[in-house]
Amino acid sequence: MFEIIAAIDLNSWIISLFGDKTWIPEKILIATWETLYMVGISTFLSYILGLVLGIILVITTKNHVAENKSINLVLGAIVNATRSIPFIIFLILVIPLTRWIVGTSIGTIASIVPLTLAAIPFVARLTETSLKEIDWGLIEAALAMGASTWEIITKVLLPEAKPSLILGVAITTINLIGYSAMAGIVGGGGLGTLAYYYGYQRYEDSIMFITVIVLIIMVQAFQMIGDSLAHRATNQGR
Amino acid sequence: MIEISNLTKIYKTPQHDVLALDQVSLKINKGEIFGIIGLSGAGKSTLIRCINMLEKPTSGSIMVDGQVITSLAKKDLRQTRQKIGMIFQQFNLLSSRSVFDNIMFPLEISKVPTVEARQRVHELLEIVGLTDKAQVYPDQLSGGQKQRVGIARALANRPKLLLSDEATSALDPQTTKSILTLLKDINQRLDLTILLITHDMNVIKQVCDRVAVIDNAQIVETDDVLKIFSNPGTPTSKSFIDSIVKQEIPDEVFRRGSVKAGRLVRASFIGESAGEPIISSMIKNFDIQANIMYGNIDRVKDTPFGNLVLELVGEENVIDAAVDYLHQQGLEIEVLENV
Repeated sequence: MFEIIAAIDLNSWIISLFGDKTWIPEKILIATWETLYMVGISTFLSYILGLVLGIILVITTKNHVAENKSINLVLGAIVNATRSIPFIIFLILVIPLTRWIVGTSIGTIASIVPLTLAAIPFVARLTETSLKEIDWGLIEAALAMGASTWEIITKVLLPEAKPSLILGVAITTINLIGYSAMAGIVGGGGLGTLAYYYGYQRYEDSIMFITVIVLIIMVQAFQMIGDSLAHRATNQGR
Repeated sequence: MIEISNLTKIYKTPQHDVLALDQVSLKINKGEIFGIIGLSGAGKSTLIRCINMLEKPTSGSIMVDGQVITSLAKKDLRQTRQKIGMIFQQFNLLSSRSVFDNIMFPLEISKVPTVEARQRVHELLEIVGLTDKAQVYPDQLSGGQKQRVGIARALANRPKLLLSDEATSALDPQTTKSILTLLKDINQRLDLTILLITHDMNVIKQVCDRVAVIDNAQIVETDDVLKIFSNPGTPTSKSFIDSIVKQEIPDEVFRRGSVKAGRLVRASFIGESAGEPIISSMIKNFDIQANIMYGNIDRVKDTPFGNLVLELVGEENVIDAAVDYLHQQGLEIEVLENV
């Protein structure tokens, strides 16, 4: 009974909001899905690659378990260089690469390339910070037990940093939501494209307004999920 | 068990080199509890870390249980480390693992089959008295309980050697005592050699058989703990002993001008002689008066150990003879003042 009323209400609410432009909610739904899709895949890819890069950055530092000055310097320089390029410029810079990988530089799937590439160094630095917070004594204890470098990574570094790594995923996701809107302006699809073409160029204020609301809700949601998972990881077994 | 020869460690910094260990040589016997005492910065922490190669020595060699540990390949070193337990001042337990899983950790590294490993963890929990805390996480434990987990973890792979890096320095005196009792107990039950470093002479006094005093990157004295207590050979050793055995004589004793001819001596006695009526037989045999100014009796590991400050009054040559007599009876005599 309640559901029916809600459905009717929702319908009339949409009509009262958009008048005869009933194509708007559909557009928004599709754009939201595209954004989630882009952000989801690029978060996943960049987190895996960034995590590996971050681990290498940490363990190759001086006096760490796999000290290697040259690897550390080169990777550190690459990370810094990539991070210092503004995303909107980075987007354009990697177009040839995007074309080569995806076949086109326009659309949702094409956006995944610059989004992922831009987020990898970001994730690497986040990971580095998380792993460096671990007390050296724990690593020393594992070394004293005869642990290998791989065991130190998988049994000490990653499990001990788990709560902060989870928060890192949330921060990366939120960052990528922002980036994806920028990618949208150059034809990347998703909420950014919608807001730019319809909201800005065609003066559809309602689209602009709803896009902003959807983005705010998305960011809130990811932050809350991240916080609660990190909290659970910190307090596991209690 | 451990043979250290000419061990030198230099830390290179851009400004200048720091000499942390200077030609250190030491021999630690199988089954003993050996203590290394020194102030912070003396080099003791570096020394204990060299024994399992957490620090790489600049020169010199270390032999552990017949194996030259300083020249092992990486893989062999990991194997050897599995047989050397280590406990730490800050416990270093993994906060992401329960007590049970923390003790499992070294068994995972040495690839012990799970069923056997779990069995072993139960045994270890029993040894350290924490069976009821198996599923608890480290941050819910007290310092003493954390160190018990640390000890269980260090014993997991049945090591022959246990290294203790200031293991009781973060604990209160009562807890320190219970941890030291546990160490003494496993030393005997498991025939385990224990090498510990500390800055606290109380720790040495309570558990160690032998002690090395390290000062300014060098070992300045190595001896039986009892001998060092009764007859410290260096000012450093003496200051450590003074820090726990109250040896200072109140100024008033010296200021008393009443004694015309006499001598103030300190007699230290160890073991059986602590129970003998030596002073009264001295008075019977020699024509002197003995005035007891200060006395205490303590225990070094399992042996009674006492200190007595006496004022001996009488003829000069009789006092000499009496002091000789005390010496013959096995007391260490130190003349504090001739009046």
